[in-house]
Amino acid sequence: MELLVQLAIFALLLLVGLVFGRASEQRHFREIRRREAELRDVLVFNERRPPADRAFRQATLVVGSVVIAEDYFKRIAAGVRGFFGGRVTVYESLMDRGRREAVLRMKEQARRHGATLVFNVRFETSSLAADGGAQSTMFSAEFIAYGTALVPR
Amino acid sequence: MELTNLETVPGRTIVRHLGLVQGSTVRSKHLGRDFLAGLKNFVGGELRAYTELLNESRAEAIERMVAQASAAGGNAVLNVRFATSNIAAGAAEVMAYGTAVVLE
Repeated sequence: MELLVQLAIFALLLLVGLVFGRASEQRHFREIRRREAELRDVLVFNERRPPADRAFRQATLVVGSVVIAEDYFKRIAAGVRGFFGGRVTVYESLMDRGRREAVLRMKEQARRHGATLVFNVRFETSSLAADGGAQSTMFSAEFIAYGTALVPR
Repeated sequence: MELTNLETVPGRTIVRHLGLVQGSTVRSKHLGRDFLAGLKNFVGGELRAYTELLNESRAEAIERMVAQASAAGGNAVLNVRFATSNIAAGAAEVMAYGTAVVLE
């Protein structure tokens, strides 16, 4: 009986993750695509030096960051995938989503400064998973994108 | 105080190098916020409380780095880098470092 209850809870969590997790991810991706189109004119480079033949009025450090967590379905799916090996697509989409969101937030900050270019863009990803607690072993990661926003003269 | 992660500030000349400056802060993510984050975990997605927490930490790390730079007499920090590391038991360290310089 107890096993049955536990199994039911497990199935419920899995379903919640699958339905709500996927819905919220798809909503997020739609929003990301819309904002990417909107911010297309803020150009981003990972080049270390801005072009020498152009003058800039202002250089400011801009940072975009976001913490994204997995849902229950992703966790189980990744566990199963970990058993067989191969591409873990549920995490690929999570990483993609986090990194694009971080870039967008960085671009938004750059635009607030009136900048049209961001140079020397760097990414940083850190996992916030290892928290020791047996209850909360869900994986979450912080994504940062930062660079120098330049306002042309 | 000018902050940039470029090696120079376009259009300005570096008069003097003052060496490496850094600032860091360690914050725990288990402070009431964790309960809501735990619930959110079943659905996944952005953990806004953590995003905010880490942003605050980063602002503080930058502040400490800037304090060190101005104590050394600098007016800009170049080549700024960030590092976040998850140290034991739910605490995260956020660090900012760069080179303090005097711009003309």
